[in-house]
Amino acid sequence: MSAFIIGLLRLRRGPWEMLASILIALGVVMLMQPFLLGLFTYSFIVTLIGTVMFIIVSHFPE
Amino acid sequence: MANPVTAAAKATPEPVAQKIRGLSDRTIAWIFVAPTIFLLLAVNIFPLIWTIRLSFTNYRVNRPNNDVEWVGLRNYERILNDPDIWSTMQATAHFLIWTIVLQVLIGFTLAYLINKKFKGNDLWTTIIVFPMMLSPAVVGNFWTFLYQPQIGLFNYVVAFFTGADPSSFSMIGDVNLAPWAIVIADTWMWTPFVMLICLAGLRSIPDSIYEAAECDRASKWRQFWTITIPMALPFLMLAVLFRGIENFKMFDLVVQLTGGGPGNITTLTSIDLKREAFEKWRTGYSSAYAVILFVTVFGLAAIYVKALNKVKER
Repeated sequence: MSAFIIGLLRLRRGPWEMLASILIALGVVMLMQPFLLGLFTYSFIVTLIGTVMFIIVSHFPE
Repeated sequence: MANPVTAAAKATPEPVAQKIRGLSDRTIAWIFVAPTIFLLLAVNIFPLIWTIRLSFTNYRVNRPNNDVEWVGLRNYERILNDPDIWSTMQATAHFLIWTIVLQVLIGFTLAYLINKKFKGNDLWTTIIVFPMMLSPAVVGNFWTFLYQPQIGLFNYVVAFFTGADPSSFSMIGDVNLAPWAIVIADTWMWTPFVMLICLAGLRSIPDSIYEAAECDRASKWRQFWTITIPMALPFLMLAVLFRGIENFKMFDLVVQLTGGGPGNITTLTSIDLKREAFEKWRTGYSSAYAVILFVTVFGLAAIYVKALNKVKER
């Protein structure tokens, strides 16, 4: 866990890509879940942040 | 007889020939690539940017003379607060998850069986691949006949195994069964595709690895879990990626089979999007809808490709 946080602080690709992937997956789950309309409402912004983050952080050093 | 290439070179006017001789390799490469880049920009990138722009307006393509008003994020707000679109997303999720699960399980099993050497192997491969060669409209059409309560073969097969009356249920008329009707038809059509990809994966595993495992007295079960599955995993993941993206966009087969009904129970996102864009003519609104779907598929594909690369590196 600490390695993950250190990676984030040092702007390393691995942990940032992991964070972006988690956001995308969370956004998609929120988009398609059948439980709360509120989650559906905020799903797009979560997916969008994750996707843009993924594109940016894929240029970070390993 | 003169070489045609030499003849063409001689026919090139001297000023043009001099210009070409003076070009660097990099410039010549750019000259060759430029038409493709131009085509990509014109066919892919420009429509995408135009769609994003339209998604912030109230533009209607059937009223081109009306003033186009900039509405900001209102289209996105309305879509993301619409319970009907929410239920459409759930129908898509149901379709997506079940088709992928069934196609991967059945496709891999078929590939595993076909990979064994037996008589008539090639004939069986051709027969299994047959549904994939058909048009989705044709498949949708004949599955409607198969699902007919009175004369449909599907109902009779189910009745044979369960003892139920064939005309007591309608696969495409019942709200509980219709989502499964489209899953079954899509699985029937696209399992062969998954099977072919898995077969390529299984055939790429060298026999020597299995022979070494035999020498180490590894059981068939252990060989399957420690050799077959890990080595075929990148191919399986590729199949899931292809089918996931394709089924997220599924339109033709479902329109032909159920038309999105009964009610809206099998209305997938692409069907709903088409209705908004070309039946209600809400171009700005449907553009915002399309952007939401695009970002979702793009994001999913990005993390999936990353996972695929990781598996390949192992």
